[in-house]
Amino acid sequence: MNNDHPQDNLRESATFDRTTMAEIRRAAETGIYDIRGFGAKRKLPHFDDLLFLGASMSRYPLEGYREACDTSVTLGTRFAKKPIVIDTPVTIAGMSFGALSANAKEALGRGASAVGTSTTTGDGGMTPEERGQSDKLVYQYLPSRYGMNPDDLRKADAIEIVLGQGAKPGGGGMLLGQKITDRVAGMRTLPKGVDQRSACRHPDWTGPDDLTIKIQELREITDWLIPIYIKIGATRTYYDVKLAVKAGADVVVVDGMQGGTAATQEVFIEHVGIPTLAAIPQAVQALQDMGMHRKVQLIVSGGIRNGADVAKCMALGADAVAIGTAALVALGCNDPKYDDEFKQIGSAAGFYDDYHEGKDPAGISTQDPQLAQRLNPVDGGRKLANYIRVLTLEAQTLARACGKSNLNNLEPEDMVALTVESAAMAKVPLVGTNWIPGQAF
Amino acid sequence: MQSINLAEHSVRQLNQLLHDQYNHLDERQWDVSQTSGQHNIACGLNQNLEVNIHGHVGYFCAGMNQLAYVTVHGNAGQGVAENMMSGTVHVKGDASSAAGATAHGGLLIVDGNTGARCGISMKGCDIVVKGNVGHMSCFMAQAGTLVVCGDAGEALGDSLYETVIYVKGKVQSLGADCIEKPVTEKHLKKLKKLLKSAGAEEDPAQFKRYGSARQLYNFKVDNAY
Repeated sequence: MNNDHPQDNLRESATFDRTTMAEIRRAAETGIYDIRGFGAKRKLPHFDDLLFLGASMSRYPLEGYREACDTSVTLGTRFAKKPIVIDTPVTIAGMSFGALSANAKEALGRGASAVGTSTTTGDGGMTPEERGQSDKLVYQYLPSRYGMNPDDLRKADAIEIVLGQGAKPGGGGMLLGQKITDRVAGMRTLPKGVDQRSACRHPDWTGPDDLTIKIQELREITDWLIPIYIKIGATRTYYDVKLAVKAGADVVVVDGMQGGTAATQEVFIEHVGIPTLAAIPQAVQALQDMGMHRKVQLIVSGGIRNGADVAKCMALGADAVAIGTAALVALGCNDPKYDDEFKQIGSAAGFYDDYHEGKDPAGISTQDPQLAQRLNPVDGGRKLANYIRVLTLEAQTLARACGKSNLNNLEPEDMVALTVESAAMAKVPLVGTNWIPGQAF
Repeated sequence: MQSINLAEHSVRQLNQLLHDQYNHLDERQWDVSQTSGQHNIACGLNQNLEVNIHGHVGYFCAGMNQLAYVTVHGNAGQGVAENMMSGTVHVKGDASSAAGATAHGGLLIVDGNTGARCGISMKGCDIVVKGNVGHMSCFMAQAGTLVVCGDAGEALGDSLYETVIYVKGKVQSLGADCIEKPVTEKHLKKLKKLLKSAGAEEDPAQFKRYGSARQLYNFKVDNAY
């Protein structure tokens, strides 16, 4: 609620604040639900509610600059003959060509490659720009199967079977007609200009038993060489992770509700799924209960912004993280230098989320050639690489402070929670107490 | 001709032998026996092979096929020839659900019937079913042609894009945005060619054509279900 009205005797309703009333008026005017991009904007329990307990008398810290703190991670050690080794636990989440410009996809590949990590395709297939600039590329296998072909499958370094994403668990992709250019339409085998609503469920299998066979098929086609991930939107995370492991995943990707999207209904983004903070302990518990923690790797995503968030995910038991929205911001998404242009399209720098309209002044979430050329993929890649380096350095700083010579050695015991809610979700004690809500003293 | 008995060899061994033909073609003709309904037989082929599979097969037989001519002398489980890119897959018996799902190219022939969702999300292949197809066939199908010589189940062509459907028998019901369309000489010519390539002797003139009304292509609130 924003109470900055100049007259002190005017009181804004907490229930019907101005944003709420504006949405009611918009709905009454148009008769259509609001579609937007980005992730959940509501305030949620998040990593800011956790603090690290740095070493002092009872723990022995490592020197913050020179002493080694390993950040490398191997993904896909369960079945794949060629697991992926990444130099930092920060990976790039799946985002489609179509939702993003070809330059943006290339920049993501360049940035990821510069720091020895992986990037991921999205709904719509693999572009030559992306494959060419990505040393380690994860190929998404989505319900729509747009652009899916065995040649690209064999070119991939891993396959990610997407069951859902945090912004819209239970929903399919959406790419509205204004972004369906000739090239996007060709890659997706669709008529130009149609509103593309990709399927929310896979077409040729239903349920975890079928998925087991599907995974085996993909392994057969790729001769068991590359890892197979399963990505889920965080909802019934404990059970979903167990089923993913049972189905044969090498890696499970859990995307919390702060995870972004290029387009879906606002009501979906804000009201479906659970926060990343709550999802991680459930996923880790599922892996531990199956004796598969660290054998099946866990990647988490959804609202990761800085090295503290990375370190907290690792401490909760993740093997790696994925960033999407933050990566786009590093490329220039919502950059204040375009504020005048954001205002011309009814938004403002820092608020822009109408990715589906394809008018992004920063040239990232667009297919307009004029706008897209504003993003130089080399410059974008350099910025992304810098940003990931900072995330990694920050996470190392915190790990060393906790006396860890490997990011993977961070553990829940290194943290406390600032609020009862975050203590209950993260399953770490409320700061200053030994109390973890839901657990006996 | 190379013969592989799946009672003595694993599906993995078979598929690896078939995949190895891509880099070095030793043998074009393959005979597979004792299948016992196993899954993922002959998937990921990418060479101009002729593979005869004697017996029933499980899920995803000939999945993502490229170039090869695969014949199943029996029934096929779910997702036969899923995401096929080219070549031909011929099922002599019945096929389960999602036959030819998302297939981009090539020809799928089913001599018997298929289960539900035949040609779901297909993207350019041709499918000829000499018997009946189950419900939700061609759901969200984008391109290519489905020919049904028998009857079609409920909700045929639901949310269809540009796939063309021909049905000779009864259609239990049409799905959202799927309508009957006129059959012109151009359509008869193409249908005749497809029927011939599948070895079907039906008269093209007895088929009705179905396609997208294109009313769901761009969001209109009045179209919401």
